[in-house]
Amino acid sequence: MKARIFVTLKGGVLDPQGRAIHHALDGLGFGGVNDVRAGKLIELDLADDTSDEDIDAMCRKLLANTVIENYRIEKVA
Amino acid sequence: MKSAVIVFPGSNCDRDLAVAFEAATGQKPAMVWHRDTDLPDGIDLIGVPGGFSYGDYLRSGAMAARSPVMQAVAKAAERGAFVLGICNGFQVLTESGLLPGALLRNAGGHFVCRDVALTVENAQSAFTSRYAAGEAIRYPVAHHDGNYFADDATLDRLEGEGRVALRYAESVNGSARNIAGILNDAGNVLGMMPHPERVIEPAHGATDGKRLFQGLVEGLMARA
Repeated sequence: MKARIFVTLKGGVLDPQGRAIHHALDGLGFGGVNDVRAGKLIELDLADDTSDEDIDAMCRKLLANTVIENYRIEKVA
Repeated sequence: MKSAVIVFPGSNCDRDLAVAFEAATGQKPAMVWHRDTDLPDGIDLIGVPGGFSYGDYLRSGAMAARSPVMQAVAKAAERGAFVLGICNGFQVLTESGLLPGALLRNAGGHFVCRDVALTVENAQSAFTSRYAAGEAIRYPVAHHDGNYFADDATLDRLEGEGRVALRYAESVNGSARNIAGILNDAGNVLGMMPHPERVIEPAHGATDGKRLFQGLVEGLMARA
């Protein structure tokens, strides 16, 4: 079983990386980009009997810092 | 008085901090590897040094905060040992939950490496007792992720309880309320981005950091 963990900065947390990407897109002539937020995608290859609770605990204990980040778990068959 | 410096793979200020501890305490600190599960007996002062532990993978300080030795550091902090986290050490202390908040990428996007002006906000703590409240000092900084973040309620609590130990007196990295260093609620854990251990001898060009280590030793002696 595979799971994809999407880690994103919470709203209101400054994202200098996103801002730099936005600036670079502007420089390439792509107008109409209102905002850019950068995040992380972490792919886990898991034993089939891994519980949802365990995946959630992995996110809370290590993969995301919930002071500044949100996470979303997407299980892939 | 026994001190220890924690060493992670990628720490690079551990030996500087050991020199500062030895100068202040008169004894060489124990250098404790991140995989150790225990600290030597009777440690009263623990340094979590600067550097790039685990290459800053995932988030600065994230992997180091989950290494075995940090559970021993948390236990020592609970029984009242002084814990000083500098730069990457501050990031490790927030990631491990010993201090609130988090350190984000610098607002300007750049690595900042220079001397900065600081104000001592709280001169009552063991770490700052040799400074005067409101005193202007200069320490070097060298970091990419020093932009302190916490929600407004946490920031208000830190300010209200006198837990902002040091504040930047100039624009450095976008830190909330210009916070450069904070204390835990018991006052025995300090995390700070600037490097006092880099300004302790005339050969360093300045000695503003020396009193921090002297104050810590006096605090420990007074307690013994």
